[in-house]
Amino acid sequence: MPITPFSRRGFLKGTAALASATALPQIATAAAHSPMTVGFIYVGPKDDFGYNQAHAEGAAAVKAMDGVVVVEEENVAETTDVQNSMESMINFDSAKLLFPTSFGYFNPHVLEVAPRHPDVRFQHAAGLWTDGMPTNVGSYFGYIGMGQYLNGITAGHATTTKKIGFVAAKPIPQVLLNINSFLLGARQVDPEITCQVIFTGEWSLAVKEAEATNALADAGCDVITCHVDGPKVVMETAAGRDCFVCGYHADQSPLAPEKYLTGAEWNWAGVYTGMVQTMLDGGTIGNFVRGGLADGFIKMSPLGPAVSDASRAQFESVKAEIMAGGFAAIKGPLNDNSGAALLSAGEALVENDIALESMDYLVEGVIGSTS
Amino acid sequence: MENDLGLWVIPLAILGGAIRVSTPFLFVSLGEVLTERSGRINLGLEGTLVFGAMSGYAIAYLTGSPWLGVLAAALGGAFFGLTHGLICSLPRVNDIAVGIAIMILGMGLAFYFGKPYVQPVAPDLPSINFGWWSDVPQVKAALRVNVLFLIGAALAFGMWWMFRATKVGLIVRVVGDSTDAARAMGLRPALIRTLATAAGGAFAGVGGAYLSLFYPGSWNEGISSGQGLMAVALVIFARWNPIACFGAALLFGGAGALGPTLQSVGISEGYYLFFAAPYVLTLGVLIATSSPSRAMTGAPGELSITK
Repeated sequence: MPITPFSRRGFLKGTAALASATALPQIATAAAHSPMTVGFIYVGPKDDFGYNQAHAEGAAAVKAMDGVVVVEEENVAETTDVQNSMESMINFDSAKLLFPTSFGYFNPHVLEVAPRHPDVRFQHAAGLWTDGMPTNVGSYFGYIGMGQYLNGITAGHATTTKKIGFVAAKPIPQVLLNINSFLLGARQVDPEITCQVIFTGEWSLAVKEAEATNALADAGCDVITCHVDGPKVVMETAAGRDCFVCGYHADQSPLAPEKYLTGAEWNWAGVYTGMVQTMLDGGTIGNFVRGGLADGFIKMSPLGPAVSDASRAQFESVKAEIMAGGFAAIKGPLNDNSGAALLSAGEALVENDIALESMDYLVEGVIGSTS
Repeated sequence: MENDLGLWVIPLAILGGAIRVSTPFLFVSLGEVLTERSGRINLGLEGTLVFGAMSGYAIAYLTGSPWLGVLAAALGGAFFGLTHGLICSLPRVNDIAVGIAIMILGMGLAFYFGKPYVQPVAPDLPSINFGWWSDVPQVKAALRVNVLFLIGAALAFGMWWMFRATKVGLIVRVVGDSTDAARAMGLRPALIRTLATAAGGAFAGVGGAYLSLFYPGSWNEGISSGQGLMAVALVIFARWNPIACFGAALLFGGAGALGPTLQSVGISEGYYLFFAAPYVLTLGVLIATSSPSRAMTGAPGELSITK
């Protein structure tokens, strides 16, 4: 249970109101050629070795652009807090483009604020924009499941117990796709490998993540990856238990240089500067933007010293297949982990298949439950 | 598969979890016992814990010595305790309100000063392997005991003995039970309470250093998931008895390990429910030990919540 007993946004509003009261004369004169203000909102600290850091690296690239002012706010809860943060960025900082980056910001918060500000653009990571939603809202994301599939290949080569582990936050479609992809990648190496998943229930709970990692190591898993906001604790704990690790969100190799195999990273810098440039040029960003390895939305960490030659060769060849496009990690014949058939032979869900974004199952070989 | 312990993993993980997770609860609750026994409540220990985690990590990183980090965390904690104690010594100041202010101040300062230390990796505190006799890696891992845990356990018994058998213990208890009696004895209640609060703050700071320097062993803004607040509640649960605090901290640590472990042995349905286990346990024990005929046993008489 994260505790946020004080309102950062209340303080912001107060100081912003003060600042604008004293700066009124300037506002009138500066209106003609003022730079565009872009706001970034993060659910955690922006240097967490993880999800927020990946977005903040994108924000840093935007900051370096001409004609743009960047405002940022960290540690904003997925509650009405984020609505207030967005409102104050719009009302006090005159933000024209907002990146509320956490999954839980989208529905209902972005969808509630957006209709009140038709001239402001809301770009939300991981959300699923559908027809009928406000047109000034866009959702974008990357096919990072492919990165976890590649992680799985290195994990499959590295494991000796044939058991790999996954520390997961919440059973939402993106997380489930990552878990399934990680196992299916490993099963390309050896179809007997199983993947134990432990859900912590929250995006950021350091002690519980450490406990989950220890429980995985106790259960015999010898390669561990995760999908939590800040993978630092999982990486350090797993390496401390002599397990190999695969990274997620950002490059965590400095945390466990000997044990780090590779990692699935976001590459937001290119994506965000592109979106901001589109706005500066007066264009419109698509409401539904997705991209994968080939589009530069995601990238892989350099392979670590523990990766064998055979592992490297298979990693590179599968990566080349993914870069060529049309690759499917989820393909038939495939059952879920209760034995029910999901796909029959010949059926495949290619990386950009929209059905993947409503995934609600764990595939055969994953030990765990979605509820 | 070798080393497959089956369901034996569960008690083992609960034991391991009890040892790994309990230390912050233990230190904070011991600090709070000392403070409350002197007749004052310090709700600010959550903030002190977070500040201790930050300052311990920062100093350990800057000096390369985790023990200097622990010392810095203790000094930082003592400073917050002293501040709380001094403010509360003023007439007509409510210690609960001040405590909440101290909690928020501690967290705010920790976040502010801690920003540059989220990324670096600080050295960890050493641990002792009590599992050397076993070939089973799970047993070895569960019995990797940190030195601070042992210090905390010794402190619990030491404090129990202090309250029971020493002059210092008697003075703290008198001040906590009756300001008038303490004055009649020629003691200075405000001074003693302030010192007790400062010492309590130092304990909470050390608890924070354990979080950032051993388990989970890194500093970030979400490092404490409310352990400081829970520990304050543990004191009431433990009826202001240091040894009972030790037991309660172990219970909480062990119960916290239950959720992840049950998932790892395949009992994965309803994990949110298992995560609530420590809290259900608290309610259960409080109900079981409640008494319709007596007021809270062991509660210091001068405590603002029991007066």
